[in-house]
Amino acid sequence: MRATPAALLTRLLPAAWLLALVAAPLLLVLAIALSWPADGVPPFTLPWSGGQGSEGRGANPEAFALILGDGFYGGAFLGSVQAAGATAALCLLLGFPMALGIVRAGPAWRGPLLLAMLLPFWTGFLPRLGAWIGILRDEGWINGVLLSLGLIEAPLPLLYSTPALLLGMLHAYLPFAVLPLYASLSRLDPALEEAAADLGAGRWTAFATVTLPLVAPGAAAAFLLVFIPAAGEYVIPELLGPPGAQMVGRVLWQEFFQNRDWPVAAALAVLLLLALLLPILLFQRLEARR
Amino acid sequence: MRRRPLSLPWAWIGLGCGLAFLWLPVVLLVVYAFSADRIPFQWGGFSLRWFEALAANGRLLEAAWLSLRVALGAASLATLLGGALGWVLARHGPFRGRAILGGLAGAPLVLPDVVIGLSLLLLFVLLEGATGWPAERGALTILLAHATIGAAYAAVLAQARLAEMEPELEDAARDLGAGPATAFLTVTLPLMAPSLLAGWLLAFTLSLDDVVVASFVSGPAGTTLPMVIFSMLRLGLTPEVNALAVVILGLAGLAGGLGLLALRLLRRR
Repeated sequence: MRATPAALLTRLLPAAWLLALVAAPLLLVLAIALSWPADGVPPFTLPWSGGQGSEGRGANPEAFALILGDGFYGGAFLGSVQAAGATAALCLLLGFPMALGIVRAGPAWRGPLLLAMLLPFWTGFLPRLGAWIGILRDEGWINGVLLSLGLIEAPLPLLYSTPALLLGMLHAYLPFAVLPLYASLSRLDPALEEAAADLGAGRWTAFATVTLPLVAPGAAAAFLLVFIPAAGEYVIPELLGPPGAQMVGRVLWQEFFQNRDWPVAAALAVLLLLALLLPILLFQRLEARR
Repeated sequence: MRRRPLSLPWAWIGLGCGLAFLWLPVVLLVVYAFSADRIPFQWGGFSLRWFEALAANGRLLEAAWLSLRVALGAASLATLLGGALGWVLARHGPFRGRAILGGLAGAPLVLPDVVIGLSLLLLFVLLEGATGWPAERGALTILLAHATIGAAYAAVLAQARLAEMEPELEDAARDLGAGPATAFLTVTLPLMAPSLLAGWLLAFTLSLDDVVVASFVSGPAGTTLPMVIFSMLRLGLTPEVNALAVVILGLAGLAGGLGLLALRLLRRR
């Protein structure tokens, strides 16, 4: 297409927006991560800016040194990877039969079933988490039922535990796994599996040797689509998780809002992005191939 | 020879369990919103008291009004930006900076919320220090942040939709004598319409659901509905949240129904 002035403008305006509100802020995070702490608003002085008797001061590596030297932060990164990995694995485990069921239900049922999966999300993310709190806590629904049946004598401590955290994460992220799995399963020609069956493969052999390899890229995309946002999750671990188990999103939040240590919060953001770079690039490569 | 696709019983079991798992908290939430008991999720007889408490909660209503305005503005801006981006990426062919533009357009899809929130807050704080704007963080800064995130989703949807359509349609309009603006308005835009509507709805929903980014980029002047609900959940559960969720579900059902209807009408053309 020839670039008319109007076409050029539609190219330049969104580009300017993205440079100002996506690219510039990410560079600022790196700058603040290397800044010097100060008593003021905002609580830092930029590197290479002088000011407050800091003539000629360059970048300040202290925030990174603190994070890399303190096992607390390393533990938070490990906690995030574990929780996000477990969430993504659980989402695949439950999401795969769901996607297969929706595809095999036939064209007339696919729309209504997908809708049935997405409808619960219309209550809003936070009220659904609130419902899980109400279901799991000591005076909650499960304990109420178990106590009234006489199965237990004291309430079980279900809330603020790792299983509660994973349950909440699974609930929030399940459709993110089902949708890409559904997309790759619905593109699959059922005749392939039938052909394998006709050639003498058993039901499971046909499934394992024909269907599974063909949906592997979709499954990988589903895993990453859950893993990437789950690794930075703040709200779910804060509301359902054990108080001691730290995750990066939560530590970043605390450094920023409670300790008002902006350089450390920014350095955590930089390290989180570095850690997610490989999964993100892998995901984009998978998406580009589709 | 078997003509029907193989059906696997465990897929049906998985689908049933998955749907039950997704619906369980929603069903309980709706049922117990009508319970008189002060403790949430305990049955104390039918009552509308929590809906009355909700209607009298000024702080919550104020936050809901702010959220609604922000979401309307952010979704509209996101659709405009995302639609333009999707069109540029799908139809402008190769041009200098295309890869960078595509990468930046998709970045908010993969960046964690805490990183987006922190990065935009730093931008607003440094801008205020340098230029005096934005003097107060609140509705406007949240709107800008949500529009940026929503635009990424709207762009993906618009680009995918245009990729399905043959560019020959626009070429044919041009060959028949339509100018570039006429070809865009009478051919491209109607083709994009369903994806633009879907993008708007998605951006609207994301804005109404976001607590993390809004908490970062907001100041004392702007408390959105999710921020109020989040503090309610942290301080202790009240049945008011359930009543609120029922109201949201009702409104979303209404809006979603209308959206689906509009989408169906657009698709029919």
